[in-house]
Amino acid sequence: MSAIGLKIPLPRSRHVLPGFSLSLGFTLFYLAGIVLIPLLALVIRPFELGWDGFWAAISTPRVLASLRLSFGMSAFAAVIDSVFGFIVAWVLVRYRFPGRGFLDAVIDLPFALPTAVAGIALSTLYAPNGWIGSLLVPYGIRIAYTPWGVLVAMIFIGLPFSVRTLEPVLGEIGQEVEEAAATLGATRVQTITKVVIPMLMPALLTGAAMAFARGVGEYGSVIFIAGNIPMVSEIAPLLIVTKLEQFDYAGAAAIGVVMLAASFIMLLALNGLQAWSASRR
Amino acid sequence: MTKKLVRPTEDPLWLKALLGAITVGFIGILLLLPLVLVFKEAFAEGVGPFFEAIVEPDTLASVRLSLIAAAIAVPLNSLFGVAAAWCIAKFDFPGKTFLVTLIDLPFSVSPVVSGLIYVLVFGMQGWFGKYLVGHDIHILFALPGIVLATIFVTFPFVARELIPLMQDQGRDEEEAAATLGASGLGTFLRVTLPNIKWGLLYSVLLCNARALGEFGAVSVVSGHIRGVTNTMPLHVELLYNNYDYVGAFTVSALLAMLALITLALKSLLEWRYADELAAVHRL
Repeated sequence: MSAIGLKIPLPRSRHVLPGFSLSLGFTLFYLAGIVLIPLLALVIRPFELGWDGFWAAISTPRVLASLRLSFGMSAFAAVIDSVFGFIVAWVLVRYRFPGRGFLDAVIDLPFALPTAVAGIALSTLYAPNGWIGSLLVPYGIRIAYTPWGVLVAMIFIGLPFSVRTLEPVLGEIGQEVEEAAATLGATRVQTITKVVIPMLMPALLTGAAMAFARGVGEYGSVIFIAGNIPMVSEIAPLLIVTKLEQFDYAGAAAIGVVMLAASFIMLLALNGLQAWSASRR
Repeated sequence: MTKKLVRPTEDPLWLKALLGAITVGFIGILLLLPLVLVFKEAFAEGVGPFFEAIVEPDTLASVRLSLIAAAIAVPLNSLFGVAAAWCIAKFDFPGKTFLVTLIDLPFSVSPVVSGLIYVLVFGMQGWFGKYLVGHDIHILFALPGIVLATIFVTFPFVARELIPLMQDQGRDEEEAAATLGASGLGTFLRVTLPNIKWGLLYSVLLCNARALGEFGAVSVVSGHIRGVTNTMPLHVELLYNNYDYVGAFTVSALLAMLALITLALKSLLEWRYADELAAVHRL
């Protein structure tokens, strides 16, 4: 240190600010220790028996049924969340009414409420003797303990994603474009379908992809309402837990790898969507 | 007859009413009804059983365990978030975008898979299983495993809030401080920290809520030993499966109150300090 306390950057340092090596070093160390190395343990595990072993673990009817349920129902839930998310975001952004702030804050409830709490609450609501379930029994509709219960839980958990991605974009496009369309002779329906929805498309797809990704992996809020009947309402994450309890580590890891691969693909798709929506701004 | 002039972008009243009703109905049935049910069921047999369920020793043990796990996981992830945001926002280096994607990764991994990876590393048939058994070190079905799983699922919260915030704020202020002779720590404490304090608080709040409420990942590594390795959400499951509905919904009500307080503080921060949070929260 010089006498006047002035720090002179070392000639070989390219940075004015200090702490680069320390912060990057800690970041990489922590990332590797907590995330990357354990994930590597998952990825290589099922291949200890080779591709054939991996394939044998994945291709049993029970595993395939659980993957079909998890992926199929969360895709369905993502579509429903997108439709209602669009309506909810439209109302919250465009209309002014008392209680709007409250409704807007409530949207995040599925993020904040622990999934086990959501799970037992949904299960109790939609059970045949529950507040909602008992209303549906006379019509022969059963939701809890059937695949439809899985759908309800996934709609619940995915809604904030679609609303929260649509709201800022909807607020940003403003009404000038719509006014321009109207001035040029477009009807209201044409304005919405040909101007507004195309502009919202990246956000709609982003929200749907995030809701889908969350639904595929969701555990806590689903298992209570699903009934968990093998081949019928058993989701893939639950089957991982079941296999672990039977000490079938390789089998559990095989399903885990499929789900991890799906997460990677969704992450790449989301990055692509973000680049697309940024290029349209 | 004169036709009233209407703005072309103004929705007609009937449409407003219809869409408003759908919104209120959908949010009411899907989101609010479960919340109302939690509190109704918790007090189903009156106030007495509610408080009896809280002071039950296993419930208190689960509260204590959840608080300990969060008290370790949240500060570690906050430290990581600040370090990651510092090197990513204040310096240029190759592979930065890829690093940001990797930091986000735990959010897109299923909670069950998040627990599974630690079983494959530390479990009996895992990488270090034999060594740990030989040396009588307990990671799975004990506090360290629960903490690791909690850290994993809450990993990106602080980093992903601070990275865009600090990128927006640029490096000018810190560089000015450094040029004027401030030390590295001094620059961070007096220049950077005041700029990011609300963003940090915001993300710590969300990180904490998730840490206390995590179910899937912790469920895989905990071993479900009643009164020992059961966190609050796991205790909810145990009570519910034992048909102790008042108990299950009482613990749920505590967690739901935590969620409501978190949401209220989150809304307050978004409303009061919007300019000092990452741009994604500004409407």
